[in-house]
Amino acid sequence: MNIVRLSENTIVILFEQIISHDNFVLISQLVSAIKQHLNEYIVDIIPSYASIHIAFNLLKISGLDFKKKINELTREYATANSNSQLGKVIEIPVYYGEEVALDLSIIAEKSHLSEQGVIDAHSKKTYDVYAIGFAPGFAYLGNVDESISFPRKETPRKKVSQGSLGIADKQTAVYPSESPGGWQIIGRTPIQLIDYNSKNLTYFNAGDKVKFVPVDRLEYIRLGGVL
Amino acid sequence: MSLKITKSGFLTLVQDYGRYGYQHIGVTSGGPLDEHAFLWANYLLGNHYNAAQLEISVGGFSAIFTKATMVALCGADLSATLNNEKITPWQSFYVEVGDVLSFAAPISGLRAYLAVKDGFEVASQLSSCATVVREKLGGIDKNGQKIADNQTLDYHKSPQAVTKRVPEYFIPQYKNAISLRFVPNTSAVSVGDSGYKTLIKKPYRVSQNIDRMGYRLSGEPIQTEFTGIISQGISIGAIQVPKDGQPIVLMRDRQTMGGYPLLGCVAYLDLSLLAQSMPDVDVSFKPVDISEIEAGLLLHKQFFNLPL
Repeated sequence: MNIVRLSENTIVILFEQIISHDNFVLISQLVSAIKQHLNEYIVDIIPSYASIHIAFNLLKISGLDFKKKINELTREYATANSNSQLGKVIEIPVYYGEEVALDLSIIAEKSHLSEQGVIDAHSKKTYDVYAIGFAPGFAYLGNVDESISFPRKETPRKKVSQGSLGIADKQTAVYPSESPGGWQIIGRTPIQLIDYNSKNLTYFNAGDKVKFVPVDRLEYIRLGGVL
Repeated sequence: MSLKITKSGFLTLVQDYGRYGYQHIGVTSGGPLDEHAFLWANYLLGNHYNAAQLEISVGGFSAIFTKATMVALCGADLSATLNNEKITPWQSFYVEVGDVLSFAAPISGLRAYLAVKDGFEVASQLSSCATVVREKLGGIDKNGQKIADNQTLDYHKSPQAVTKRVPEYFIPQYKNAISLRFVPNTSAVSVGDSGYKTLIKKPYRVSQNIDRMGYRLSGEPIQTEFTGIISQGISIGAIQVPKDGQPIVLMRDRQTMGGYPLLGCVAYLDLSLLAQSMPDVDVSFKPVDISEIEAGLLLHKQFFNLPL
């Protein structure tokens, strides 16, 4: 673990630079501890795969003192405590039908699996929510099964529909709103992942766990899905 | 009806001080690209630091006041006229019913800030009315849209008061060559020593590719050992180095996370100067220690009564 002052009022805690479940557990616990003990100083906190970025309030604490406090706290959390309670498991219904799963057949072909085989491989795992970024509510989840792990498309699509479920390397994610994007699209969810007018704003947060539940076309539409 | 916009111009946005506490869900800060000019405009009118203003980029904007009030104009000189008479920035003045304020083209700087007494009345969304087009957040209709022709903005009528001018010392000169102080990134995800030596060797140039997310500079390519890092949260002012080696300085509307190697972070107060720089302005970088710039930012925050 390495604590680096980046600017007058930002600091980053860097962990081993790998994407791993151990990092996920450690970071989730440390974020909770920071929020619990140092909340008065925090302006913004961005957990990610292997780092925690913090903007702090310079009017309340100097950079040197803040780094000291972070240092003390991280020493207590030097290793992940696997017994502690992690975030809840959130289920996301997904329609994997061909009219929305634009790249499912390509993934099936490349992975030498049937389309159902790809769906099974994707929906059987419980994913860690590593980070939220790129766009509001865009959650980076991992890790997908090796068999269906494929890189982004060489040419990104100009338009990816809201709710689209994609794969990029070991990661999987849902596009919270329509945007350009290069991920391999294998399904779509009717769930609105970000709603500026709701109390919670996002459907899940970094530190939570997510499971995708396959639903058929009728159920997808019943839940408000758009084709 | 209050301020009736007859010509919306190139890019005119409602901005307050920005949106804080939402970066963990991917929502960026937004807010004025030139914080120095924005805060002085509110200060001249005795406004709250967060009072909503218009950020007028490049010009082409024209509006009619339908209530009398005190207004302040700071930042770029975009050839503003009040009822066809030239009016210079960094001062407050009184406008009467029917007065027409127009902006043509830039003389110096890029972005002008127009404040009215007590601010424009714009509803907030996630505790701010700052417009972030990409996120469909903020603005008059809470959808992230820039100001359009024939829209109106509400404000309170206010009595004529003494006009004020920003002290000369605090009025920046927007030159063809600027110098930015920066804190080198010393972590494992930085481009390393050779990268930062390249950056400080010769000035870079502001490219055509500049917007509220970031300023792309051009010059000698910066060598990086790796082309990507594991995405991490990004500070405002961060200098990213993408594959082509041309540095990008990240501004108010940046994405909250990024995966390019980092070179360092521009001193917060120097971002105002960069925000006013047009393409082809020379930018040189001067490495500093955080301790040299921390006190300056603290004084700035205290002077303008900022809570964070």
